[in-house]
Amino acid sequence: MRRLLPPLTGLVMLAALAIVFLVVPTEADMGIVQRIFYFHVASAWVAFLGFFLVAGASAVYLWNGSPTADRLAYAAAEVGVLFCTLVLVTGPIWARPIWGVWWTWDPRLTMTVVLWAIYASYLMLRAFGGGDAALGRYAAVLGIVGVLDIPLIVVSVRLLRGIHPAVLTRQEGGTGLVDPWMRVGLLVSALALILLAAWFVDLRVRGARLDDEVAALRRELDARRGEVA
Amino acid sequence: MRDALAILAKDLRIEWRTREGISSVFVLGVLLLVVLTVAQDPSPETAPTLAPGVLWAAFVLTGLLAVQRGFLLERENDCLAGLLTAPVDPGAIYAGKLAANVVLLAVMQTVVVPLTGLFLHLDLIPRLPALLLVCLLGNVGFASLATLFGALATRVRAREVMLPLLLLPLLVPLLIGAVEATRAVLVGGLAGASGGLGVLAAFDVIFAVAGWLLFAYVVRD
Amino acid sequence: MDGPPLRAEGLARRFGGMPVLTSVDLAVDAGEVVVLLGPNGAGKTTLLRMLALLLAPTGGRLLLFGTDATRAPAALRRRIGYAGHEISCYPDLSGAENLAFYARLFGVSEAAARIARLLTWAGLDGAGRRPVRAYSRGMGQRLALARALLHEPDLLLLDEPFSGLDPEAVERLQQQLLELRAAGHSILLATHDVERAAPIASRLAILHRGRIAWVHDGRAADAAVIVAAYRAVVAERV
Repeated sequence: MRRLLPPLTGLVMLAALAIVFLVVPTEADMGIVQRIFYFHVASAWVAFLGFFLVAGASAVYLWNGSPTADRLAYAAAEVGVLFCTLVLVTGPIWARPIWGVWWTWDPRLTMTVVLWAIYASYLMLRAFGGGDAALGRYAAVLGIVGVLDIPLIVVSVRLLRGIHPAVLTRQEGGTGLVDPWMRVGLLVSALALILLAAWFVDLRVRGARLDDEVAALRRELDARRGEVA
Repeated sequence: MRDALAILAKDLRIEWRTREGISSVFVLGVLLLVVLTVAQDPSPETAPTLAPGVLWAAFVLTGLLAVQRGFLLERENDCLAGLLTAPVDPGAIYAGKLAANVVLLAVMQTVVVPLTGLFLHLDLIPRLPALLLVCLLGNVGFASLATLFGALATRVRAREVMLPLLLLPLLVPLLIGAVEATRAVLVGGLAGASGGLGVLAAFDVIFAVAGWLLFAYVVRD
Repeated sequence: MDGPPLRAEGLARRFGGMPVLTSVDLAVDAGEVVVLLGPNGAGKTTLLRMLALLLAPTGGRLLLFGTDATRAPAALRRRIGYAGHEISCYPDLSGAENLAFYARLFGVSEAAARIARLLTWAGLDGAGRRPVRAYSRGMGQRLALARALLHEPDLLLLDEPFSGLDPEAVERLQQQLLELRAAGHSILLATHDVERAAPIASRLAILHRGRIAWVHDGRAADAAVIVAAYRAVVAERV
């Protein structure tokens, strides 16, 4: 299964690229730039999934202290922030030609930025929280609280829309996906990115386990050296 | 929950005894109010629109410091070990500390809110009960997360920067709700604030419960 | 909940991947003073914190009063008194206020009377009203001991109680511990100070490299013998 992942990812990615750039018709209103939408939305889905994975792995870790769960939570956060960054980068690239501005505080964008910030704070905690063995537990608490925050973010940013009338409305879903190939394009892109993310997460988890094993071996070595001398 | 009350009483007694915490929180709150307002140089017409944002920015920043202090108190002489060797449920410790933080914030607000009315040309008297409600809900929400992460932050490295780093993104819904509710209250009264109040109430419930359940994982090794 | 105060079997603790305690077997019977010796860094504090239910073991079993420590921790906490490295008393409250607070948490009945008696016993009568911040080190440690005894625990766990005390205070503490033993309390005392602990010990154990390396099972042990054995273990000639 694991060995299939890279080639499978490659294949689906090629398929996605083919569909998005060759098969799907050019969107009427927005032109060629709209093609970025497929990867933009797919990245957003992956970023969200990543969040739930962090929370799930965190909960498992708190429940049974499994080191794999801990590594999985960390890896999911790293990959999640990567895709969240992609969303925030592809968004403005798409927005500028269409809306004329790089950025706006409409609900979805605000939500994505806050999500990114929560991811980033998780990584900060992991990176700079010090060597305390309990850090995994603390990060797990953050992971769970973060996912609980999501529904609140969704509801509260809608409040913003109510106050400041939406300057620009997103035009996908309703007006966008007229051609069935567009829907296919989105789904295949999503699948491609999910596989890619899964591959990255797997690599990170295995890397983390190797790191831990090396550290344990080093300690063993130091202890033995101490004994002999 | 008798234990929670005991802890609340103890925290308040310590704050009252030294008055260091209370006074620094007061002064800081007022300072932030002044700085945030003056820097924007508002005219009497635009001033009222600044109030909600300025108020809650001041409250959050002050709250961050108050919470950090609160846990520093427990670190001194390792008082936390004393608490944990007692037959006290960690959830009760959380509840007691949360209540103490809410009280501290409320005390600060009794000074800062009227001053805001003064500095920003607002007539607050008719709005006071409604404002009280918004402040209460906002305080509980803030304290519910701040107490949990305050305890967490004192146990990791880089703790001074870690608390705001972890808390601020999570507090966004609270801030949006609180600022929106405050704005609605200042303009028309409680009726228009239902959206913001709803967010605040949901925030309070979700994170008070989550904090209560998760606190044990933060303090118990 | 009736059984010997303490039975530790194969207790282990790692931090991250680092093992601090490998396998500790220890027993404390009723009315004993067991002294745990070991150089700094041997893991005495870690072990004591585990016994005080502040830290969960990563291996092994702990039985307190015949009950598995992972069950009914609250009930067990009522029967244990712990005084660690730090005094665990709030510096801005007075000694009496600190004791009153802990009395509330432990559900001590007739708290006021008990606090007054303890303060007198600890020689802190006058200082009871002053903030703990103003206490000398010796006073602070006496207050910590009073706090540990507040709820009349059956088992007392003390971490380095002699550190920083002048000879008079040491003698006084030794006397108090013997009194407590005579009154039926069990005491486990961790220290690196062999000379001061030996005179009051019913039994001695040495913690070394995460295990109990040596136990002297007997009363009125000869201090010189113990000191020699201790030095031998630490120098690894055993």
